[in-house]
Amino acid sequence: MKLEPLDRRLIIATQSGLPLTPEPYRAIARQLNISPDEVVRRLAAMRESGVLRRIGAVPNHYVLGYRANGMTVWDIDDARVDELGARIGGLAFVSHCYRRPRNPPDWPYNLFAMVHGHDRAECEAYRAELRAILAPACRAEDVLYSSRILKKTG
Amino acid sequence: MMLDETDRRILNALQSGFPLCERPYLAAADALNMSERKLISRLRRMLKDRVLTRFGPLYNADRIGGINVLAAMAVPEADYENVAFIVNAQPEIAHNYRREHRLNMWFVGAGETPERAEAAFRRIEDATSLPVCRFPKEREYFVELRLTV
Repeated sequence: MKLEPLDRRLIIATQSGLPLTPEPYRAIARQLNISPDEVVRRLAAMRESGVLRRIGAVPNHYVLGYRANGMTVWDIDDARVDELGARIGGLAFVSHCYRRPRNPPDWPYNLFAMVHGHDRAECEAYRAELRAILAPACRAEDVLYSSRILKKTG
Repeated sequence: MMLDETDRRILNALQSGFPLCERPYLAAADALNMSERKLISRLRRMLKDRVLTRFGPLYNADRIGGINVLAAMAVPEADYENVAFIVNAQPEIAHNYRREHRLNMWFVGAGETPERAEAAFRRIEDATSLPVCRFPKEREYFVELRLTV
């Protein structure tokens, strides 16, 4: 999908956040020299097409006490990976879920699901829930906990 | 970080969506049974205290012309800090995490094109003499994370 130049300007104007004023879309419209209706219409269209995932609050996991994150990785039968990926991607405790290429022999895993918890025990409980779903099509699994943030931008 | 009941209600409600209308804070505040002014001041405070990373539209980077490629390296412990320095110095590298595995450094190359991320991975390989394993996403099974607080 091609983005209209106006959408691009709208993205740039809003990517750091929505103005905290009673009429935020009007504030953006004024900045872009278009009507507030147009702002709302374009955002709704981008939401419809998937360019805009949602408008809302993005919480800081660490500050809220979600200090453990485990990248669970699974070697799932190619014939079933899409069906199972869609299923576990829908679970509330999974933040990201992707199919990625295997890198044999060291890395047989093709399905990645990131889980967040207050501690590792909570992550392990989530991992057990994933295992229960994936087990029939799973040949190998692992979890990689992050022990340090080396760089984080954006 | 102290969150009171009002903060929690706001966080739980506004992770999933915010209205597109003339007075969206008023509409959201009505649903939460609080005033518009109170909702705005709470959001402002939670942003200032970093309870919220941001508040507003969340765009899909892939769909607005950007690309992210996950990559990993197996770095010998003795070289770890030096390699982290080299990786972090590349402007295309957005995140870098130490993880407990033989592949112990995991990072994301971001750029407007896949070539930009790839160029950063090549520079890292040249500078460190270590291979970078690329894990580009083939498919995303996306559903938003919702934390209950």
